[in-house]
Amino acid sequence: MAKVLVFIDNPGTALKKSSLELLTLARSLGESVVALNGELHDDVTAAFGEYGVSAVLRPSVRDLNDYLVAPKAAYLAAAAQSTGATIVLLDNSPEGKEVAARLGIRLNAGVITDVVGVDADGTAHKSVLAGSYNTACKATTPVSVLTLKANNVTPEPAAAPSAPEVVTVDVPVGSTDAAARITAREQKVASGRPDLTDARIVVAGGRGLDGDFGPVEELADALGAAVGASRAATDAGWISHDAQVGQTGKTVSPQLYISAGISGAIQQKAGMQTAKVIVAVNKDAESPVFEIADFGIVGDLFDVLPQATAEIKKRKG
Amino acid sequence: MKIIVLVKHVPDAQFDRHLNGEGYTTDRDESILSELDEYALEAALQLAEARGGSKAGNQVIALSMGPAGAVNSVKKSLQMGATEGVHLTDAALAGSDAAATSLALSAAVRYLNQDAPVDLIITGMASTDGETSLVPAQLAERLGLPQVTFASSLDVDGGRLVARRDADTSSETVEAALPALVSVTDQINEPRYPNFKGIIAAKRKTITTLSLADIGVDPAQVGHAGSWTAVTNAEERPPRTAGTIITDEGDAGIKLVDFLAAQKLL
Repeated sequence: MAKVLVFIDNPGTALKKSSLELLTLARSLGESVVALNGELHDDVTAAFGEYGVSAVLRPSVRDLNDYLVAPKAAYLAAAAQSTGATIVLLDNSPEGKEVAARLGIRLNAGVITDVVGVDADGTAHKSVLAGSYNTACKATTPVSVLTLKANNVTPEPAAAPSAPEVVTVDVPVGSTDAAARITAREQKVASGRPDLTDARIVVAGGRGLDGDFGPVEELADALGAAVGASRAATDAGWISHDAQVGQTGKTVSPQLYISAGISGAIQQKAGMQTAKVIVAVNKDAESPVFEIADFGIVGDLFDVLPQATAEIKKRKG
Repeated sequence: MKIIVLVKHVPDAQFDRHLNGEGYTTDRDESILSELDEYALEAALQLAEARGGSKAGNQVIALSMGPAGAVNSVKKSLQMGATEGVHLTDAALAGSDAAATSLALSAAVRYLNQDAPVDLIITGMASTDGETSLVPAQLAERLGLPQVTFASSLDVDGGRLVARRDADTSSETVEAALPALVSVTDQINEPRYPNFKGIIAAKRKTITTLSLADIGVDPAQVGHAGSWTAVTNAEERPPRTAGTIITDEGDAGIKLVDFLAAQKLL
């Protein structure tokens, strides 16, 4: 049976949903082994058992977080070699993709990013050119490295839990030599909302908000959604650049995407058109976003959004 | 300082883009300089200008790998202010994945390193066609360089670079010794437009054309043959069609919630 190595970086006290998705996919492809970086809490160990992980690898050094990606890739390459893994799975975050990139060179392995599904034979599926094509691709090398987009696998614990053994992997000497060092880190204030890229629902606002993200935030909170924005809104400084959805921002594929006051220029469409359901609210009936919306409302978002928020609260009691 | 900026000729995202032929490669008609590479070029020009520009010996070399048309991206870079251009082109490069692309580019960088060492390689955060953002990290790995990706500010001082990068949960200050590779986001600057003077000056600048033989790369290591991934199928997604469109008559918010409830999204 194929060995599948899953990289999980700093899980903290509980595994994120995207990590559970990786573990579920891994188990469908073979025997799953986790390469962990960071602290290993008891609850996380228990979750690995529930998801049928056979072993948890930990790095021999504890300073991987002080550098950008290169030593993490060196650690993961050592972990892949020591376990004989033929598939390595990572999350699709910018850092996940970069670790995958460097790992691919170290292992002479093909790297496929933005994966939404993997067949038993290792064929990966993804969408390209801003969601206009669905493609199937496969590594032609003995080892393949895949980064999985969130929200494409339903997390499911294993039928029979496992008791993973914990093994230390030696991080190669010198792997921090050619790495950029992090000299300062400021934590941002947590919004309490879901991560934009992982969220099941996204409510996004644009130019039509005229500087006031209140109605978008209130609707998002009523729905348990993440808040997104068009480039016009982030460039205007109405909301942090982290919230930008689109070709030069984040690509999201949630179950539901609500677009408010965004005309839907191609760069914005590129970031969200793989959403399962798209709702658009815009004053201008000619907005391109209405060409792709499943449900479109021509109207003033300052009337429509608060009314919807109040109605959701009422129905949820 | 000697700075190489990677500039890619990509299909214009304003038009429909297509995958064609063996290996489902991108149709490169209607191509332009990748918008995200303009930020990389601007960052390089600002670093060079702060050090006295080309008169003080600072070089900004625009390097593009791609078919004949890719020279247009090199030319635009020269018009914006790059001091020289390099076009790596060879029929065998067609269909290269990120690993093969980074192999060819690493050989081109080594070639350009011969007369005077390269201090810095600057790239955009991703190309606007493949969008994998793998090439900068793979190029750094192949060249044994530190990489600083997604920089939203960049400064070089005494053989070290200092950059800021903003992630979702934190902002970081990072440092690396030169030579190094940096990819920059679209937050770092406002790229300049080529002005008339720049366009005239560009006509007198040198564009060097390199083949695989020039940089010592075996054609079997690149292109479809040398890639480590292969596209086995590509299907155009049916375009999304418009659904129900209503005009607000005072109750659209409630109709919206009815729609969400019917879709089991509440």
